[in-house]
Amino acid sequence: MAGISRDQVVHVARLARLDLSEDELDRFTVQLGAVLEHVAGLEALDTAGVPPTAHPLPLVNVLRDDVPAPSLDRDEVLAQAPAAEDGRFRVPRILGEAP
Amino acid sequence: MTVAGVTTDWEMVVGLEVHCELATSTKLFCACRNAFGDEPNTNVCPVCLGLPGSLPVLNRHAVELAMRVGLALHCRVEPSIFHRKNYFYPDMPKDYQVSQYDEPLNVGGWLELPDGGRVGITRAHMEEDTGKTTHVGGGGGRIHGADHSLVDYNRAGVPLVEIVSEPDIRTAEQAKAYVNELRAILVAIGASDARMEEGSLRIDANVSVRRGGEDALGTRAEIKNLNSVRSLGRALEYEARRQVALLEAGEAVVQETRHWNEDEGRTSSMRSKEEAYDYRYFPEPDLVPLAPSDEWLAGVRAGLPALPADRRAALAEVAGVGGADPSVAVVVQLGLDGLVKDAIGAGVDARLALTRAANELANRGAPEPAAFATVLRMEAGGRLTATQAKAVLAELAESGGDPEKIARARGFEALGGDVVAAAVDAAIAESPEEWARYAAGEAKLAGFFVGKVMAATRGKADGKAVTALLRERLTSA
Amino acid sequence: MTGALGIAGDVRAGRRSAREVVEEHLAAIAAREDELHAFNLVLAGEARAAAAEVDRRVAAGEDPGPLAGVPVALKDNLCTRGIPTTCSSRILADWRPPYDATVVRRLRDAGAVIVGKTNMDEFAMGSSTENSAFGPTRNPHDPTRVPGGSSGGSAAAVAAGFSALALGSDTGGSIRQPAALCGVVGVKPTYGRVSRYGLVAFASSLDQVGPLAGSVADAALALEVIAGHDPADSTSVAQPAPSLLGELDRGVDGLRIGVLSELVEGVDPDVGTRLAEAAAALEAAGAKVDDAHIPAARLGLSAYYLIATAEASSNLARYDGVRYGLRVDGDDVTAMYGATRAAGFGAEVKRRIMLGTYALSAGYYDAYYGQSQRVRTLLIRDFEAAYESYDLLLAPTTPTTAFPLGAKTDDPLAMYLSDVCTIPSNLAGHPAIAVPYGRGDDGLPVGLQLLAPALGEATMFRAAAALEASLRSGTGASAA
Repeated sequence: MAGISRDQVVHVARLARLDLSEDELDRFTVQLGAVLEHVAGLEALDTAGVPPTAHPLPLVNVLRDDVPAPSLDRDEVLAQAPAAEDGRFRVPRILGEAP
Repeated sequence: MTVAGVTTDWEMVVGLEVHCELATSTKLFCACRNAFGDEPNTNVCPVCLGLPGSLPVLNRHAVELAMRVGLALHCRVEPSIFHRKNYFYPDMPKDYQVSQYDEPLNVGGWLELPDGGRVGITRAHMEEDTGKTTHVGGGGGRIHGADHSLVDYNRAGVPLVEIVSEPDIRTAEQAKAYVNELRAILVAIGASDARMEEGSLRIDANVSVRRGGEDALGTRAEIKNLNSVRSLGRALEYEARRQVALLEAGEAVVQETRHWNEDEGRTSSMRSKEEAYDYRYFPEPDLVPLAPSDEWLAGVRAGLPALPADRRAALAEVAGVGGADPSVAVVVQLGLDGLVKDAIGAGVDARLALTRAANELANRGAPEPAAFATVLRMEAGGRLTATQAKAVLAELAESGGDPEKIARARGFEALGGDVVAAAVDAAIAESPEEWARYAAGEAKLAGFFVGKVMAATRGKADGKAVTALLRERLTSA
Repeated sequence: MTGALGIAGDVRAGRRSAREVVEEHLAAIAAREDELHAFNLVLAGEARAAAAEVDRRVAAGEDPGPLAGVPVALKDNLCTRGIPTTCSSRILADWRPPYDATVVRRLRDAGAVIVGKTNMDEFAMGSSTENSAFGPTRNPHDPTRVPGGSSGGSAAAVAAGFSALALGSDTGGSIRQPAALCGVVGVKPTYGRVSRYGLVAFASSLDQVGPLAGSVADAALALEVIAGHDPADSTSVAQPAPSLLGELDRGVDGLRIGVLSELVEGVDPDVGTRLAEAAAALEAAGAKVDDAHIPAARLGLSAYYLIATAEASSNLARYDGVRYGLRVDGDDVTAMYGATRAAGFGAEVKRRIMLGTYALSAGYYDAYYGQSQRVRTLLIRDFEAAYESYDLLLAPTTPTTAFPLGAKTDDPLAMYLSDVCTIPSNLAGHPAIAVPYGRGDDGLPVGLQLLAPALGEATMFRAAAALEASLRSGTGASAA
C-alpha cells in the first residue's frame, strides 16, 4: 500500500482536474510517496468491529421549515462571474455529457 | 418482450431509474424557491450556488414527501445519511452532488401495475438536482458542435427522489405502464407533479437481453434522453432488437450509455460505462444523519391518500369483477371510481356503469352521481338506446342538468317495438336485392339495413333491436 | 494598550472613544505592518466608519454591545460581504462574497470594529503561513521566524498590537500553534460550538472558528460573542454560547489534570521544561496533576492527514473558474478547469488535493479514508477513558518554538509532523486552548495546551486563567 507510482499520480491529477507539469508530477510522486509511507502504519492497525466516526457530534435530524427566503440579487452574483451572457454563466464548450 | 431471433427467442430485461422533482416550496438545502420557468439565476443563494463558506440545511417537507414516496411504493423507510458524489461538470455548483449512497432513505418495495403485475423497487433515495446548461452555436441547441455553453442554477438544489426499479420489466408496454402508474402514484400522494415535459419526471432505462429460459443477465446499456412515455416504448424496442442483432452476429453488447434519438428512431453510443466513473463517495460531513421517528413515520403513513392500486381493488370488489379488468383501471385513472361505486350502489348494472364511465367520460367533466345513475337506469330499462344514453351523458358531463329533461329536449324516446318492426319491414321491402344477398349470407349487409332503419326513424331506433329483428326476419323468411 | 475587555468597558462607559482606540491600533499597524505582513487587507476606512458608529450609539445612550469599539482582525477565510476574502490564494484573489459569515455578523452586532483580513496559509493548509500566495507573515517576536499557521496573520496581529482580538480557524492546530509561537492565547472550541457558516471550508468535520487574544479573559469574551447555535449550520450544537467570563476566577482547586505523556516525548527540552513548570504551578494552585495516556494520540497524525485531505479535495473542487474567482481559459471546459486550478492553487494545496483524492479513490477508500475514520473512533474512546480519571489534560502545543522562515518548506512531511500535539482535539471534536507560558531557551514564546472533553469550555477556561495567573504571580515559569 505504501508509496505511489507516477502513473497513479497522473490518474489522480486528472480526477482532480489539476494540470500538473512534468516537474510537478515527478516531485509529487516523491512527496506523496513519503507521506503515504508514513501513514502506512495505519493500515496495520486492527480495527475490526470499530465503527467509523463521520461526525464528532451525536446530532441527528437537523431540519428546516419549507419557507422561502429572498434569493441573491442576480447582478451581484453575475458581477463575480468570470464570464456571463444572457443572465447565465458562460463556459467554454463542453465536450461530453455528465459522468 | 420476446424478440424472435434467428436460432432462438430472446427476452428483454429492463430496469428503470426515474428521477422526480419534489413539490416543495423551497430547495433541498436552502430557502430559495423551487419554481419552474423563472428568469435564469434569480432563485439562487450562497448555498445552492455552492459559494465558499456556504452550508446545507435539510428541508423537512422534502424529507416528508420522500417518505411518502417510499411508503407508497411499499419500501422500508430506514435511518439514512447523505453522501457526496464527486465529479466535475458546469451544472454542478460544488462539483459534487449531495445524494445518498449505501444508506438510502427507502429500500426494498414494489409497484403494482394495473394488470396486477408487480415490479420490484430496489430503492428510492433523496438527492439534489443540478443546474441547467444550454448549448450555443451547435445547431438545435445540441452539445455536439457547440461553441460555448450557458448555465442557469435556478434548478440547482431542487429536491429529487431517484426511484430505482429491479430489472423486472419484460416488455415496452410494461415499462410504459410502470411509468404511468408511478406518475399516478406520485401525483396522488402530492409528492410531485411528475411532468416529463417540464422535467419534473425524468427516465433513464437499463436494457439487456438474454436467451429465453436463461437466468443470467446480459450486459446492459443505459438509455438516456427519453422525453416521453412514447419515446420510452420505442427506444426499448429498438434497443432490444439492436442488442439481439449484435449477439446473433457473434458480437458483444458494450456496457455503455446510449442516447435515444427521437427523430431518427435509434440509440447511439455516448460514452463507455465499462470503466465506471470514480465518484469517490464519502459521507457528507456538513449534514447529520436522518432518523425519522416512529411517530413521524406513522403520521406520514396515516396521511397517505388511497393509492391507485387500492382504488382499483376497491372498485373491482364493488363491481364484482377482477382487479385487472381494463375498464377498472381506466375508471380509476379518470378519477371516476367514486362515481361508478355510487351508481352501482344505486342499483345500476356494474358492467354498464364501468363501460359507460370508462368510454364516455374521458376528457370530459364528471356528471353528478345521481344524474349518472339515472341515465344508466333509463338505458337499462329500455327508455334510451345506447347511442342516446351516450349523448345524454356527454351533455351531462359538459354542462350538467337533468337527464329526463335532456332526453325530452332531444326528442329521445326509444320507439315502441311495432314501430321499429314496421320500419325494418319497410326497409326490407324497399331493397329486395340487398335482402337477397343478406339472406344468402352477406352478413355485412345488416349494417345497410340498420342504416336505412335509422334514417327512417331519425335515429330513434335502437340499433341492437334492429339487428335482432333482421335476424328474426331471416329465420322466418 | 489594554485588552478587549478593558477597551469595551471604557468605550461603553464613555471613558474612551472608539475612534481613539481604532486610531491607536491603526498607528500600530502603520508602524510595523510592512515588516510583518500580518494582513492581506487593512480596512482603515471601514474601521473608522464602524468606530464612528459605535461612538454615535454611545452618545445616543445606546449600548453598542460587549465588544464595543474593540478592534478585531479576521482571518481571510471568513466571508465579509463586499470585501475581498481570498484565503490567501490566487484562485480567490479578487473574490468578494455577497454575504457575511455568521461569526462576522455576531462580531459586528456586538460593536466590534473590523480592522483587516489577515494573512494565512493558502486555504488554511499549513503550519507557518509560508504557503500564502501573497508572501509570508513574520513573527513579531523575531521577524526572521514564522508566526506559525495557518492563522499566522491573526496571531501576529494580536501579538503586535494591531488588534485586540482576532478570529482564526483551527482544523489541525491552526489557531493554537500560531498562538503558541506568537505568545498569545488561542482557542479551538468544541466542534459545533461556533458556526462554520461563512468559513471557507478546508476539512468540514474538523474545522472550527476560534478567537486569538492577548489574555484568557479576552478570549473568553470573544468566544461568548461568537459561539452559540446557528440554524444555517447543520453541524452546530443546539445550545447557546457558554458563559465563560464568570468561570475565570474559580481556580483549579480539586480539578484532576492529566499530562499527556505520549505527546510530551519528542518535544524540545525547553518546551518540556515549561510544561513541567506549568504542571507544578497547577498543582501548587490546588489541582491534582498526574500522567495521563492517550495511546492512539500519535496515530491521529496519519488519520488526520487522510481525513482532512479527503474532505478538502472535495471542498476545493468548486474552484473551477466557472462562477467566481480566477479563470484561465481553455479550448473546452475541462481544459479550463485544469488550467485554472493549476494556476490558481499553490503547491501545498495541490499536494493535499492529490492526497485526498487518492485516499477516496476506488480501491483505496477502505484502507485510507475508511481506516482513518475507524482510528478516529479509537482516539475518541481513548479520550473518553482518560476523562473518566481527569477533568482536563495538559500538553505541549507544538514541539518547538518558532522556527526560521524557510526551515521546513522543502519537507512537507516534516511540517506535518509538528501538528502531532494539536490534531487529536480536532479529530475528537474536543475544545483546547493554547496559553502562553514563558519562553524557550531562544527567548521565543512557548504556549501550552489545556484540553477538555466536548462542551467542557468552562472548566478549560478556569484552568487556563489559573495557569495565566501563575505566570503573573511568579509561582510558575520564569515569565521573561
